[in-house]
Formats: sequence, structure tokens, C-alpha cells
Amino acid sequence: MAAGNYEKYKSDGSIGGNVLEWVDARFPATSMWKGHLSEYYAPKNFNFWYFFGSLALLVLVIQIVTGIFLVMHYKPDAALNANGVPIAFASVEYIMRDVPGGWIIRYMHSTGASAFFIVVYLHMFRGLLYGSYRKPRELTWLFGVGIFLVLMGEAFFGYLLPWGQMSFWGAQVIVNLFSAIPVIGPDLSIIIRGDFVVGDATLNRFFSFHVIAFPLVLLGLVAAHVLALHETGSNNPDGIDIKEKKDEHGIPLDGIPFHPYYTVKDIVGVIVFLMAFSAVLFFAPEGGGYFLETPNFYPADPLKTPPHIAPVWYFTPYYSILRAMVWNFFGLDAKFWGVVGMGASVVIFAFLPWLDRSPVRSIRYRGPITKVMITIFVICFFILGYLGTLSPSPMGELISQVCTVFYFGFFLGMPWWSRMDKFKPVPDRVTMK
Amino acid sequence: MSNQGKMDCGRRRLIVATAAVGGAGAVAALVPFVSSLLPSERAKAAGAPVEVDISKLEPGQMMTVEWRGKPVWIINRTKDMLETLTKLNDAVADPKSDKEQQPAYAKNQTRSVKPEIMVAVGICTHLGCSPSQKFKQGAEEGMGAEWLGGFLCPCHGSTFDFAGRVYKSKPAPTNLEVPPHVYLTDTRILIGDDKKGA
Repeated sequence: MAAGNYEKYKSDGSIGGNVLEWVDARFPATSMWKGHLSEYYAPKNFNFWYFFGSLALLVLVIQIVTGIFLVMHYKPDAALNANGVPIAFASVEYIMRDVPGGWIIRYMHSTGASAFFIVVYLHMFRGLLYGSYRKPRELTWLFGVGIFLVLMGEAFFGYLLPWGQMSFWGAQVIVNLFSAIPVIGPDLSIIIRGDFVVGDATLNRFFSFHVIAFPLVLLGLVAAHVLALHETGSNNPDGIDIKEKKDEHGIPLDGIPFHPYYTVKDIVGVIVFLMAFSAVLFFAPEGGGYFLETPNFYPADPLKTPPHIAPVWYFTPYYSILRAMVWNFFGLDAKFWGVVGMGASVVIFAFLPWLDRSPVRSIRYRGPITKVMITIFVICFFILGYLGTLSPSPMGELISQVCTVFYFGFFLGMPWWSRMDKFKPVPDRVTMK
Repeated sequence: MSNQGKMDCGRRRLIVATAAVGGAGAVAALVPFVSSLLPSERAKAAGAPVEVDISKLEPGQMMTVEWRGKPVWIINRTKDMLETLTKLNDAVADPKSDKEQQPAYAKNQTRSVKPEIMVAVGICTHLGCSPSQKFKQGAEEGMGAEWLGGFLCPCHGSTFDFAGRVYKSKPAPTNLEVPPHVYLTDTRILIGDDKKGA
């Protein structure tokens, strides 16, 4: 490879060219630049929905940079300080009040967490619309589901760190979920907590997972996600393969180089995103109680649960599914089935490439059944999400049970309804709608 | 490719043996890491019993003390409260406390040593939230007209009566736990141990 690059990338004689030639003989700089950017041919018909992949990358960078600076002042310690306030909680307040610029870095990080889920959900929805998970992009999709799972873990661990009331009781509930697993459950939850109750040991290990283990895994998965995508080439809103029609140089007729075309397009997305992000940051940093919940401004009190506890908005659909399971089956109690339902509702996304049997990828060429099913699914997802923020009630329980049935029906019925639908013929070349 | 068809079986066995030994070593190396996740010796030692003075606890009142990082409730139940317990025998999931959620000396109608004094770990047996007091009867607590008073878990809606017995068809699988406890004197309780002078 090195020798090959040495042959391929020759200096133009300038100093910069000579340096690059020296590097290229030893490291695939130019070939990576070309392979992934300047000569990576993406379909020319990307639309609005294709902004969210690059925006997810942007938010990842925001989270890493703000995280690095927060760790400089944050202390993961559940012990009480001289004023009787837990040190971890006090260190977050210290960042907010006494560290110059600390408040905005903290709000960037907390708003970034919600922004991450917004862009990732939209990114996943795009995949659903245009069949991006279909063959040959199954691995790209699976790495993406992996990213989603790790992101959920990352968000959950991070939410404990401010050691507020919601941090504490949220962690208490979620860790106790694991104790519902038969046989190994109780010991497993002790291993997760590192103690018999959520305490200092829990806080410190969550800190370690949040700042070291999970970010490393996340970066690895993001690299795998992009590499797998660049191996197969990107899908597009028409769901057809641009590699089937190539010019005499082997370049897809409907492909344009990612750089500069899509880098420039994505900058527009970045600017609009940053406008919205800054608006939240400056005018509603708590996101109306949805991004940072009010009880989390009270220090953790192991003796008193806040009157209303709910997870942060991005977990609420799955939380509703957990609460919807109230029946005992096969001698195992409802608590266990709630955990199973919650886990299955997240993991089931991984099976999409094999559940979808439609002959076309894109919703543009699929019939009414697909459109109705996706609409019902999205409505149920929102209803479940909304109910998850509310206190439990008999009516809410019933509605969430109905929505849970539709949620799983969407996936489990897909092998049938995706085939039954009507289809339109797909075009030969991409269309510019 | 050129090796095809002439595999050296002796070498292959050596490779398998080496990989097996190396794999066993790698698994053994996991032991300290996994065991470091278990509760430390200090955490295990932190379960000392707590002594509580209940002389100022008036009938109808409840106090909360911390034992092993958990809230322990002590409720001085009034006659009215105790009367609700018999009425609720059909409404609760385990009226006779058959499941091992209490020491033998608290396996009775009131789930307590002294009828009026209830001692319970205030942690919902569903997912570990601490239920809140809904002591008043009827619709006053927003619980519906037939409510006789007790506790409501704010997280998933499990309800408990004044003896910590869970109502039927609620997410919590069992009654609230009664911790081991003993009366040192008439008004002093030791929580976490049931042998006097221990």
C-alpha cells in the first residue's frame, strides 16, 4: 500500500506538495481524503433528511469538548461537604456559579444530550422512510443501532452525575430493573451499583463509564458506521442503487463528490442547527423541564422520592412500554415482563433489515399500507413518549397498552404488511424532487 | 493457498493447546476486574444497626430513619388505621404475609411486634422508589372514594395499606419489607438487629 501511494501521489514540486508526498509514502492521508471525501460519490438527490447524520457528528464533538472541560471542575463524590450538601451536587453548582463560563459549558453539555437524541431520532426516521437499512447496508444499520444503545447508556450514566433528586431516583429505578431478571437479577443489580443501595460507589463507576468506557466504544462504533456506509455507498430518497449506472471512469452518473458538495450543504444544516441550539442555550436552557428536570435542582435524598419522577424525554417511550406491562405470564411477574418489553422495544430496531420484505426501499414507491403503518408507529411513539412523562393513571395505562401493541405490531407484522402493499415502479435514475 | 491439503496436525494441536492456555489466562485476568465491581469490604461493613427513640411519635404520625442507606419508616398507627387492615384482607395481594418479607415475629395481621407500631423499609418492592404518605381516607388524597389510607408509590402507582401490604394487580410483587428490629425498652427500637444487647 505504501509503495502504491508513493507511486500514486506525486508532489507538484511545491514545499507543501513535497511534505504531502513524504506523508503519503508513509500514511494513507491523500487516499483516505479521497476515499471518504473528495472522491466519495454520494447520490446527488439528498434532501432535508440527510442533514442529521453530519449533525449527529457535530453534537458528538460538542459533547466531547464540553465534557472535557466539565471534568476539570466536576467531582464524583456522594459524601456531604461542610454545608451538608453532596460534593458532586455542589461541584455542579460551583461550575454553574463560580467557574467563569462554566454555566454555558454545562448547559451546552446538558442541551447537547437532548439535541443528540433529537438528531439521532430524525436520522433513524430517515432510514425508516427510505429503507436505508436494507441490503447491502445491514451492517451500517446494526452499527447505528449499537450507537443508539451506547448513547442511551451514556445518557443514563451522565444523568446520575449531578447527584440531584432525579439523578438518584432515576438510577435507583433503572438499576432495580435488572433485579427483575430471574436468577441472576439481584446479584447483577448489586454488581451494577457496587453497593446494596445507589451510593458513592455507583456514582464513581457511572462517572468512569460516562467519561472513559462508553465514549471510547461510541467513537469506535461511529467509525465502523461510517466505514461500513462508505463501503456500500449511501442510499438516497429514491432508494435505488446509483452504482448501477456509471460513466466511463467508473463514477456513478448520479453521484457527486461528498466534498465539496455535501460538506458545503451540511454547513447550511450546521448553521441552522446552531441557531436553534443557541436559542435553547440562551433562552430555555432547561428545555422547559424536559432537558433538565426540576427535581434535579435538589440534592439527592435517599430517604425521599420526589412526588413525580419520570425519565428524561428521550427515554419516555420505552418507559411507557415498561409501565404498560402489568400482567404475570409463565409464572414470572409483571416487573420482569416490563423490563423485557422495554429492552425489546429498543433492540427490535436491529431486526428491521430482515423484517422488511418490500421489493422497493423508499417510501416514495411504496403504497398506502406502508404510509399508514409508519404514521401509526410515529403517532404511537409520540403518545408513549408523552405518557411516559406523566404520573401513572388507569387511563394512561390503557392507552399505553394499546400503543405498545401497535408499536410491536409495526415491527412484528412487517414481514406481512410490507409484502402486501402496492408498489410503484422505481425509476432508473434518481429524481430531484 | 499453497498449504492446502497438507495441514500439519501436530502443529495444529500445538496451536489449539496454546490458544486454550492463553484463553484461560485471559479469563483468569478478568477475575480481579469483575470482583472489583462487587461491594467493597467497607460497603459490606456499613450495615450497622440503628437505634431509634419513638417516645415523641404521636398516634397517626410517621418518622423516617436511615438504615443501610434506605429509609425505614416507623408509624404509630391509630385504632382507625388498624381497623382498615382487616377490611382490606380481600383487596391486598398477600394478606397473611406468606412471602418472606418480614421476620417471623412480624408475620401477623398488623405485620408488627406491637400492634400499633409499624416498622417497614420505605422502599417499594417494584423498582425501589420510596412511596409517599396518603394517610387520609376517601377522595381527599386524590385516590378515589374507596381509599382507606396508606401509601402510594409515585413511580409506578403501587399502593400499600398501613401494614405495608401491597394491593392486588399493582406492579409491586410483594409487601414492603419489615426489617429485623427489637424493642430495647418500651420507646427505644433497634433496627437492623433482633437480638437485645447485640
